[in-house]
Amino acid sequence: MPLSDALIERLQQIVGKENVLAEAEDLIPYSFDGTAALRQRPDCVAFVRTPEEVADVLKLGNETGTPIVTRGAGTGLSGGSLPSKEAIVMCTVHMNQILELDRANLTLLAEPGATTQAVAKAAEEAGLFYPPDPGSMKISTIGGNVAENSGGLRGLKYGVTRNYVMGMEVVLPTGEITWLGNKCVKDVAGYSLKDLFVGSEGTLGVITKVLLRLIPRPRAKRTMVATFARMDQAAEAVSAIIADHIIPCTLEFLDRTTIHCVEDYAQIGLPLDCEALLLMETDGHPAVVEEEAEEMQRICRENHCKEVRVAQDAQEATRLASARRSAFSALARVCPTTILEDATVPRSELAEMVRFVERVAKRYELKIGTFGHMGDGNLHPTFLTNEKNADEMHRVEEAFKEIFEEAIRLGGSITGEHGVGLAKKPFLPRFVGDTSMHVMRQFRQTLDPNAILNPGKIFD
Amino acid sequence: MADSDSHLKSLDYSVLQQCMHCGMCLPTCPTYDATRLERNSPRGRIALMRAIADGELEATRTFAEEMYFCLGCLACMTACPADVNYAELFEHARAEAEKSGELKSVKRRLIRGVTLEWLFMDLRRLRGLGRLMRLYQQSGLQTLIRRSGVLRLLPKRMRELEAMTPTIEKAFSGRLISPLTPPRGQKRYRVAVLTGCAQDLVFSSVNRDTVTVLSRNGCEVVTPAQQGCCGSLHAHNGEWEYAQTLARRQIDQFPPGEYDAIISNAAGCGSHLKHFSKLLADDPDYCEASKEWDSKLKDVHEWLVEIGFESPKVNGSAMETQHVTYHEACHLCHGQQIFKAPRTVLKGIPNLELTELAESTWCCGSAGIYNLIQPEMATDLLHRKVGHIRKTGADVVATGNPGCLLQIINGLENEPRSYRVVHPVTLLAEAYRREKTDVVSEGAETLQPASVGHEVAQ
Ligand SMILES: Cc1cc2nc3c(=O)[nH]c(=O)nc-3n(C[C@H](O)[C@H](O)[C@H](O)COP(=O)(O)OP(=O)(O)OC[C@H]3O[C@@H](n4cnc5c(N)ncnc54)[C@H](O)[C@@H]3O)c2cc1C
Ligand code: SF4
Ligand code: SF4
Repeated sequence: MPLSDALIERLQQIVGKENVLAEAEDLIPYSFDGTAALRQRPDCVAFVRTPEEVADVLKLGNETGTPIVTRGAGTGLSGGSLPSKEAIVMCTVHMNQILELDRANLTLLAEPGATTQAVAKAAEEAGLFYPPDPGSMKISTIGGNVAENSGGLRGLKYGVTRNYVMGMEVVLPTGEITWLGNKCVKDVAGYSLKDLFVGSEGTLGVITKVLLRLIPRPRAKRTMVATFARMDQAAEAVSAIIADHIIPCTLEFLDRTTIHCVEDYAQIGLPLDCEALLLMETDGHPAVVEEEAEEMQRICRENHCKEVRVAQDAQEATRLASARRSAFSALARVCPTTILEDATVPRSELAEMVRFVERVAKRYELKIGTFGHMGDGNLHPTFLTNEKNADEMHRVEEAFKEIFEEAIRLGGSITGEHGVGLAKKPFLPRFVGDTSMHVMRQFRQTLDPNAILNPGKIFD
Repeated sequence: MADSDSHLKSLDYSVLQQCMHCGMCLPTCPTYDATRLERNSPRGRIALMRAIADGELEATRTFAEEMYFCLGCLACMTACPADVNYAELFEHARAEAEKSGELKSVKRRLIRGVTLEWLFMDLRRLRGLGRLMRLYQQSGLQTLIRRSGVLRLLPKRMRELEAMTPTIEKAFSGRLISPLTPPRGQKRYRVAVLTGCAQDLVFSSVNRDTVTVLSRNGCEVVTPAQQGCCGSLHAHNGEWEYAQTLARRQIDQFPPGEYDAIISNAAGCGSHLKHFSKLLADDPDYCEASKEWDSKLKDVHEWLVEIGFESPKVNGSAMETQHVTYHEACHLCHGQQIFKAPRTVLKGIPNLELTELAESTWCCGSAGIYNLIQPEMATDLLHRKVGHIRKTGADVVATGNPGCLLQIINGLENEPRSYRVVHPVTLLAEAYRREKTDVVSEGAETLQPASVGHEVAQ
């Protein structure tokens, strides 16, 4: 049953008439996020501008039993901000101010709708650094990043979003506004509730302010690209680099299919007889960077790389990095439907996992290009397919299952950075086990007794 | 295409499906940037088109209006990782909007009837109108009327339009350029130059300058006086069949087999001209020729760089330094993915200092006839552009499209500083003219004084 006119009227009273959308032409564009093949039209969309408005919308939801789905930029890859049935979508894009940059405490306070890029830029302008750099950062919101605990290319050395969240203002599902965390580096007063909200995928509350930790900018950086005939050699090189106590800021790889697609697309002159391409970057103090770069080249050679190239200047660095940076674009243009997965395994199992994905692709006659973060074991097997082809989509699903099973068997995770949302929901219970499921359910029920916030996501 | 009742339904579905709604295009879309509504974003518009193709939505008035709120700037195509062909989708969507009849109003019908179906279908008519306007401007009538204050009696929108009317060139291309211009020195290539419509009317000197630089670089240049419209305006405005007719006429006039390249110097036209094979795919008589046509069609900057144009041999130190900034026409950078070539051309000019323009690829609001139909959005964009131009400190703005030239000239009119707004090719042609060797071999070209470009008078 669609939302009643009375309810829409009350919503308009809260946020203003011009901030409520209810016509088909306005709603259809909110029927999806970045996840392939998921679609659900919302009944209405409301744009909020203050924590108080958020609270009032949530109270209205509780009172009328209307589901509410928080949405940032809608780039999520697990269906997190996909509207639930008959839901109000509450969109944060107008709450996009950077509120404060504290140079003494090295923190930044932002509204949730500020883009990741805007945060990174504000930090940079102050000579500081906000490291998490998801591929979507030009448009993804910081609220979405916190809700998904997003990663990026620098995870190995710098960690993920969680490592930079010091505090936040949240509105609980029942409408209370509260502040969690603070600017103190040390704080052990009570449970660390803010940590529960990081990665909560919009199910526990609505983040209305985010307090982020910034760090000094690394002064130098070196970029290198190495190619290997076999994936094992690349994996061994990575293990050897880390065993040598070097933590590069970037250790990214492309598999054979991806190398071919990138070459077709960008004609960079990549060798096509390779199983792996490794993009490596080290940053920090200039002297250390030089030394580490030398070491890394030596290790690559010792592990039989075909070639290793070091960028001599910033321009060349950009060129070398472009192979990795264009990986997703190169794959996405091959077929109408692109499904980006993010199975994760311990670093030591990565080569094994890539080989497994290759075997699965062959067995199910699918085109899968794999690239990702070799340093932290986070793979992106990317399915190139067509959602209109029912038979092929069935094989895709079967292949997913096998890949997740294998990731779990190798001691990994079903999702490294995209979240569970709707896409991984069926796989979660088996992965975390009954006890964890029970605790999560109880926790969520306590905060959201009427189950109005993002219902149906992560688990029922 | 012609017999089906929905353009979007008959479109190859995979073009729509190619959009994976990742949102990477959102930050580059000027209309989304202005409103932050998904409906005004590329992926939102594609979702609406898809809803129509899926039969979930009718081509409503709101849909039709949305398709005309889109600038067609194609910035979304540059940003898109999945290579979604938004240009194609957009043309079909506008055709769908036209077919729906939702936007029918007497006034709109009249404007479109006069422009798309009459004026631009036969450029003799356009030039005729141009002559009238020239008379209006040169006879002093325009100055008189502007001073008299009668304009104040017109509605605001009409006043704004009058103020925007471009200054018509003293002579059109047909009089400036001989139909066949021999190459300077050894003949390396044979090319045709398309003189365009707006370009010819308002910037015929750019056509002349184009011929100058081509001939200087070993091209024999064919430039017939009577040329047709390329049809881009029609295709962008949903008049598919007129666009097809005009494409056939172009191919008839310039059989691609006879040329090494067919040159366009108007980005908006070029980006349409390069896709005749899509337009005529179902026409057995033109299918092959249109493919060859597409491969021969070159933007002038692209071609100059491809053939290794020569830097003008002039004594740079004797020339005053020109401080230039470059605005990228949407249909050059996004539509044709040509970013470097115009800069290479500019940097090849001695004593020219190029300062990069912030947001150089952000639409200036001209967007074909967009500034006529969506004045508010267009004005906002123009102000944004002018703000960035101011900050460069340059006093010459170069850009490769007549629409952008006009729009920016208008935008800079009330600036305290005086600016010159020119096509990059004009700057190159001027430098060549300074070369010591004489220019006798350039046919009709020598009859005219060097171009003065378009000064924005204070
Ligand atoms: C091309 C592309 C590349 C990507 N690259 C990466 C990558 O490298 N690493 C990575 O980790 N992810 C990546 N992603 C996934 C995605 O961009 C991230 O998950 C991002 O954090 C989502 O932000 P968003 O603003 O789009 O959130 P949305 O998609 O709008 O929402 C995501 C979830 O967060 C919740 N949410 C949003 N705002 C709030 C709030 N204020 N309070 C509470 N909950 C909220 C929503 O309810 C939803 O559950 C990529 C996506 C794309 C399309
Ligand atoms: S960037 Fe391309 S694929 Fe992504 S939403 Fe925009 S048009 Fe669609
Ligand atoms: S063409 Fe321009 S205005 Fe239209 S959707 Fe693309 S970026 Fe936006």
